[in-house]
Amino acid sequence: MPFARVFAVGLALHFKMLSRSPFDLFVVIASPLIFATLAYFLFEGESSSSLLVAALASGVMGIWSSTTASGAGALQTQRRLGVLELLVGTPTPFWAVVLPITVAISGIGIYSLAVGLAYVRLFYGVPIVVDSWPAFAAAVPATIVSIGCLGFLFASALVRYRSAFQIGNVFEWPVWMICGLLIPVSVLPGWLQPISWLFAPTWGMSALRGATLGTGRPWLDIAACAALAGAYLLAGIVFLRFFLHRARVDATLALS
Amino acid sequence: MTNLRVLTIGGLISYRALFGWLNPASYTLTILIPSLTQLAFFVFLGRAAHVADDAFFVAGNALVAAAAPSLFGMAQAVAGERYTNTLALIVVSPASRPALFLGRALPAIANGVVVSIWTFVIAGLLFGITIPAHAVAPLALTILVTAFSCVGLGLFNASLGLRWRETGVLGNILLYVLLLFAGVNVPLDRLPSWLSTAAQGLPITHGAEASRQLVAGASFSHVAPLIAAEALVGVVYTAIGLTAIGLFEVEARRGATLEVA
Repeated sequence: MPFARVFAVGLALHFKMLSRSPFDLFVVIASPLIFATLAYFLFEGESSSSLLVAALASGVMGIWSSTTASGAGALQTQRRLGVLELLVGTPTPFWAVVLPITVAISGIGIYSLAVGLAYVRLFYGVPIVVDSWPAFAAAVPATIVSIGCLGFLFASALVRYRSAFQIGNVFEWPVWMICGLLIPVSVLPGWLQPISWLFAPTWGMSALRGATLGTGRPWLDIAACAALAGAYLLAGIVFLRFFLHRARVDATLALS
Repeated sequence: MTNLRVLTIGGLISYRALFGWLNPASYTLTILIPSLTQLAFFVFLGRAAHVADDAFFVAGNALVAAAAPSLFGMAQAVAGERYTNTLALIVVSPASRPALFLGRALPAIANGVVVSIWTFVIAGLLFGITIPAHAVAPLALTILVTAFSCVGLGLFNASLGLRWRETGVLGNILLYVLLLFAGVNVPLDRLPSWLSTAAQGLPITHGAEASRQLVAGASFSHVAPLIAAEALVGVVYTAIGLTAIGLFEVEARRGATLEVA
């Protein structure tokens, strides 16, 4: 129960803080506008459902962008604010403090999805037709939370690096490229596909697409999101314990 | 002589300070790898959309690679000074503003050229784009001129830094505008006519077209007007940037808003 309270309070607090950050808001709002526009011009003449899926894809791109831009460097931000040692020193397990931060970072991606859908509806007249609303309603949080857990893994693995932000950014374009968002996996080299299976955006996008178009198996994709989220969480906790132990032994938490 | 010293030594020191945090690893992570992955994204997107061949996207995006360090690097010319609490000292110094800021622009241009060439070479190898031998020198000139015009836009971005702290956001907005509307990823004939016309005033538009024609085998004389147009765009943005810096500086002094912007 204490973990649930820490998670809920942390999530609400960081969501509100991020919602007031011009940079973070720009990241999640600009992505769908830019990439939905790009899709409109490049795939002109295709069906309205294609543009609807492109809007969803650009929304997922926004969630991922937020995660790479801020998630990987989440602990560096705490270090910069001077509270990292305090957070590490609290009796609450550190992973329970970090997880709501990274989920909040991906959580503001909800703005991305909303902006993407509103944009194609208002500017291009695309009807928002969803085949299965229950699956869609489950796919949205599954996508956000699983990507947030991946952000947690990044943050944990990079806790000792001041350049975590830059390292996280390296993953932005490759994941956009290989996870079947705007680019169909059929045009990519075959060896990239198994790699894409390791990333939550692949399954989140597949779930959203399936729920919207009535194709594929969205519930299975949602289950894959949940499974990956659990795996990211476990791996992140292991990384965090290891790296924090090293930082305590070497007394380098603030100096990393 | 003083202006020359400010231009060269001042620019060099500022550049070293700007990238003082960089080591080869983080330079690679921040600039060299993203320029390639971004290009690869658009090449594959282009393949999916069937609007143009790989060369179209490689030639255009290799030039965009020069834009990112130019836009963000120049923005840091102001934001970095504010961060280190030296912006006020810059403003009260009697140094010539063109020398001061153009000095900061020269290393940014050099950096843009390096990144652009790196992206062109590696992407060419990855996607099998060959550059005719006679096109190498004109292509290098195109890259240099395009990096200059991007830095001109970067100067304008830097001037906005005197009015608004979020230069990162501004830089991203400008970069996205270039990616979308400079004819780099969306052929100009696919844009609405008014947008296609407006794109003629953006950095990279003419450089990207020149670069594509050179890769396709065109001669220097054939693309010279495009390179000249790109240079003209750069001169105009540089003039706008320097003028805006002067105006915003006066306004910041008058309103005492230099540190609260």
